[in-house]
Amino acid sequence: MLELQDICFTRENKKILNHIDLRLEDNQFIVITGPNGSGKSTLAKVIMGIEKQDSGQVILDGQYISNKSIDERANLGMSFAFQQPVKFKGITVYDLLKISAKKKINRKEACDILAKVGLCAKEYLDREVNNSLSGGELKRIEIATVALRKAKLTIFDEPEAGIDLWSFQNLIKVFEDIRKEIPGTTIIISHQERILNIADKIILMKEGKIKKIGSKEELLPEVLGKKNKPKCCKLGGDTLE
Amino acid sequence: MSNLEQVDEKLLSEVSDSLENTFKGAYNIRKNGKGIERKITENINIVTKKDVSGIDIYIKENTNWEFVHIPVIITQSGLKDVVYNDFYVGKNAKVIIIAGCGIHNECSSDSEHNGVHRFFLEEGAYVKYYEKHYGEGDGTGKRILNPVTEVHLKDGATMEMDSVQIKGVDSTERITRGVLEDNTNFVVTEKIMTHGEQFAKTNFEVELNGENASTHVTSRSVATQNSVQEFKSNVIGNAKCFGHVECDAILKDSGKVIAIPKIIANSVEANLIHEAAIGKIAGEQLIKLMTLGLTEKEAEEQVINGFLK
Ligand SMILES: Nc1ncnc2c1ncn2[C@@H]1O[C@H](COP(=O)(O)OP(=O)(O)O)[C@@H](O)[C@H]1O
Ligand SMILES: [Mg+2]
Repeated sequence: MLELQDICFTRENKKILNHIDLRLEDNQFIVITGPNGSGKSTLAKVIMGIEKQDSGQVILDGQYISNKSIDERANLGMSFAFQQPVKFKGITVYDLLKISAKKKINRKEACDILAKVGLCAKEYLDREVNNSLSGGELKRIEIATVALRKAKLTIFDEPEAGIDLWSFQNLIKVFEDIRKEIPGTTIIISHQERILNIADKIILMKEGKIKKIGSKEELLPEVLGKKNKPKCCKLGGDTLE
Repeated sequence: MSNLEQVDEKLLSEVSDSLENTFKGAYNIRKNGKGIERKITENINIVTKKDVSGIDIYIKENTNWEFVHIPVIITQSGLKDVVYNDFYVGKNAKVIIIAGCGIHNECSSDSEHNGVHRFFLEEGAYVKYYEKHYGEGDGTGKRILNPVTEVHLKDGATMEMDSVQIKGVDSTERITRGVLEDNTNFVVTEKIMTHGEQFAKTNFEVELNGENASTHVTSRSVATQNSVQEFKSNVIGNAKCFGHVECDAILKDSGKVIAIPKIIANSVEANLIHEAAIGKIAGEQLIKLMTLGLTEKEAEEQVINGFLK
């Protein structure tokens, strides 16, 4: 389904992505992990078309899509949740859900979608997607707008960042549901053991390269063990060095 | 509405949203410089001025949420219409006032409407005032609107003013003045979008004279193509008061926005804030909407519609 061929991305003399090759099967749940600055977000952005690689190819279902714009990729079945949710002036949570759903959804349906990410919906629907919402709330709304699209390929960039403990439990549930309900491939960038635990496949990145790729049985000991310990994180806070 | 033709109805519906259920409450429709229809109610009286063109509107004390509509339509090219409307709002009365001006200009001479609206609110009165400007027609004649709004608030009075000018007005110079006594609140929300060679100028002057007087002015504007906007505000705090002015503008193409803030605190207890931000649409907002499947153009429209909503 998704294939990356020899992707390179260099900025300011730094090889942020250094010859990345990757082939992902359909209907898998993939977790990308690795230290901060290893190029995970950049890789995700290259897949979605938000950043343009210097060389290499992105192939979706056999189609070369490197020259396709973000919206074209979205309409080919890609969906992307930002690490830092974007804020707007005047656009409400309901507006964003409507745009994302691509069809008419009524308030009840919108509420059900928000309830899944643990937001008591009625109070939120007419709120503006701006700084009046907390980081955790913005993050959950971001996840809701993206999961709602039920895309063929969905990418979540560190969905756990900024989420408090209580909602973290629900977040795991959200991803378990996505796994069951959405027929497609999900890529999650994460440092969280509980997310790593539901992966079909784990990709470990380091310094712009894919260092290892394998099943969780193969990679979890290395990823979580003392050796090469990735940046571990505190729930509800930023990732710690 | 026997005196209204099709163009009139279109203009009217553009400037007052409630045409279908006709006008609830009192109304006065002015067309090409003359009053053509009027209705008064038990609580709201409308009287034609004798010295100048315009009307006096009297709202009885304790009136409980009634409407006053005063739409103006101009279809005669070359007309320069000046009107003076004074609102006298009695103690503790609550009203919704909807004013709007629609200009349809098919010809080459300029059409101009200068409305001077004065509001005198007695103790405890509450006014929601909506003003909408709209221009249309393919003529080369300019459509010009220069509204002046003057607001006097007595103890405990509140006025919320919403003005919108989204389309078709070539030139506008707006002056809004407020004089506030004790425990008053004057909230102004202004939305402007300009195109082509349009020019829009806004001038706010608010005097906070009373204890606990407060004002919130929010201006959101979008300047596209070669249009120019100027936003000037002057808030003067003469007592223990609060003033917040927020000017937020989006630029597109060669649009230009000038923001000139002024706050003067004459009392040590005055608390005045001015915020101004001008810039193009944040790239990340477009990117986010594009990841949801909108084209760049659609994303831009969404951002602007939301911003001006
Ligand atoms: N456009 C860019 N210009 C310069 N440096 C960049 C750019 N994009 C990413 N980087 C740098 O590349 C490195 C990898 O970033 P990122 O992909 O965000 O890593 P991760 O998500 O794994 O933490 C970081 O050091 C970051 O500062
Ligand atoms: Mg990252």
